[in-house]
Amino acid sequence: MTLASPTFSATFSATGLSCVRGERGVFGGLSFDVSSGQVLYLTGANGSGKSSLLRVLAGLIRPADGTLTWNGTPISDTRDTHRERVRYVGHHDAVKPVLTVAENLSFWINLSVSEIEAENDPVMNALDHFGLKTLADMPARFLSAGQKRRLNLSRLIAAPAPLWLLDEPTTAVDRAGIEALDHALARHLGNGGMAIIATHDPLTADVVNLDVSDFPFAADMDTV
Amino acid sequence: MNSATALLRRELRLAFRQGGDSLLVVMFFVLVVVLFPLGVGPEPGILARIGGGVIWVAALLAAMLSMDRLFQTDYDDGSLELLVLAPAPLEVLVLAKVAAHWLTTGLPLIIVSPLLALLLNLSPSGYGVLAAALALGTPSLSLIGAIGAALTLGARRGGVLLSLLVLPLFIPALIFGVSAVDAALLDLNSRPPLLILGALLLLALALCPWAAAAAIRQATE
Amino acid sequence: MHSFANPTRFLRLTRALQPWAAGVALVCLAAGLYFSLFASPADYQQSETVRIMYVHVPAAWMAMFCYVAMAAGSASFLIWRHRVADLVAKATAPIGASFTFLALVTGSLWGKPMWGTWWVWDARLTSVLILFFLYLGYMALYNAFDDQARGARAASVLALVGVVNVPIIKFSVDWWNTLHQPASVVRLDGPSIHPSMLTPLLLMAVGYTAFYAWVLFLRVRTEFAAEKIRALRFRQAAVPPARELKSQEG
Repeated sequence: MTLASPTFSATFSATGLSCVRGERGVFGGLSFDVSSGQVLYLTGANGSGKSSLLRVLAGLIRPADGTLTWNGTPISDTRDTHRERVRYVGHHDAVKPVLTVAENLSFWINLSVSEIEAENDPVMNALDHFGLKTLADMPARFLSAGQKRRLNLSRLIAAPAPLWLLDEPTTAVDRAGIEALDHALARHLGNGGMAIIATHDPLTADVVNLDVSDFPFAADMDTV
Repeated sequence: MNSATALLRRELRLAFRQGGDSLLVVMFFVLVVVLFPLGVGPEPGILARIGGGVIWVAALLAAMLSMDRLFQTDYDDGSLELLVLAPAPLEVLVLAKVAAHWLTTGLPLIIVSPLLALLLNLSPSGYGVLAAALALGTPSLSLIGAIGAALTLGARRGGVLLSLLVLPLFIPALIFGVSAVDAALLDLNSRPPLLILGALLLLALALCPWAAAAAIRQATE
Repeated sequence: MHSFANPTRFLRLTRALQPWAAGVALVCLAAGLYFSLFASPADYQQSETVRIMYVHVPAAWMAMFCYVAMAAGSASFLIWRHRVADLVAKATAPIGASFTFLALVTGSLWGKPMWGTWWVWDARLTSVLILFFLYLGYMALYNAFDDQARGARAASVLALVGVVNVPIIKFSVDWWNTLHQPASVVRLDGPSIHPSMLTPLLLMAVGYTAFYAWVLFLRVRTEFAAEKIRALRFRQAAVPPARELKSQEG
């Protein structure tokens, strides 16, 4: 089975990023570069700000300070195009229990890409990849937690985009599911995609690590 | 536009599969209206005079009833984050959700309103204007309510707070909706209040999606 | 405008201005009350009840002025993320609500002898009542979240939405037939009110405004102090455990 994915080549960088949630500084002075074909694993203690960092990178949170650039262009100038580049998988699976598995997925595809290539049937391909094909017409309320997560992950390959932002993607997923994600990730990287993944156990050994706890927020009384 | 229609289709499908909401809202609407003859006495003259107002107030409360769930379920299950991250402008998506809300709650109210007008002894000359006023007014209610629903996402006692925020903003629609019906019943020209209702709707269409989208972005931050 | 966004500078400014605001408020209110209650003529139509005007009209002005100030602060907070602007808006809300309440109550007291009723549902009164509810809604929304920052942002959006109401209040007496009398001081062709009445009215208006500034400065400084305490407490609580966790992992 082959999934037709466009080939990307780009660099995504953060410089001096800091984030404040509520009145609390989460992290500060954080910088990194990710290029096509690379994956960046975010590690760090609970509360160190892995999830917040991913939400900043997705564009859900405005950083308190610092810049994000895509091939040198600040994303604050190009928010609309940035949203097209990003696939974000957060803590919640965004699965509607009364819709079928296939309906759930095809809705998110319709929302993310302007045209579905009908001949490829991305919905079925993606469900097949994550072992959900037989459940396609089942209402999603019958899915287990792990299956819901797989359904959420199917969005990644059904509607390809260059930058994957995954927050603990393997929560509740069994070994076969992790393998499926691993394969999808390898193909994504091979096609020039990039991924930033918050996790406690990186999928592959040979990885770039960024420990978010190394970037504590430098509280400055006058800026509060 | 593709995304907006996809969202509208999904919302309608959800409403249809879950059943419930539309039917409950209509039942609530009918029940509130039925309480009034019991409360003020069944004297036809009184009922005919206050009928237009009673129907409008009941419609307002019924619209409120389903409002807090407009974004809440999407907020709870993470869909709202993904809607914010979708390439389509959030304002357009909000509009699609509001349209779905109106189709599933506002429209049924308009359809049953002549029946209630009959129960309240409203003179038949007012039926058409009542339906027209509701048709122009209830979309504004859905639009204004969307702001409140987005603002109270994740708030303590969100439902009560939502009514406190939104009911005062409903007042203009109420005033002109009722005066349109009253004008028709008194054989006066009901065009001016209807036109003002239309103007309110246009204003709400221009401002509300923008404000609600801003509120949603704050909520998902 | 942006130079005031610096909290330190803003605090220094409020500290310097606060005694002046207090002084102007006390002097103007005292003089204004003397002129309006004793040293001004009774109206030939309204007789002594006209004296309610000196309390009522400036309160109504302030009700709208405070709302505009609150909305401007909210807008500046949402657009430029000025923390000071948010605190100004937050501190303005209860003051504005009090002025609105005062305007409604004095209006009602004035309405009884003038119109023979405590309350009429005309456009001016209704829209001011909505303004009062907007203030209450703003304050309720501000405090409805566990995360203070979220409450601040939500309330700011609400404040901006409510701005629609302000021109309606201002022009309602011109747009609709109403019992409420039209504007007689702020008019394009000059005030249509006698100087002996205008003096106390303006004195009261200046007094009210200075009073607003006084209370505003006080409240903003209190907010800053409270925030500083929270930040200190948080740092005390948060820093040591985070270090321990890291050393254990390493």
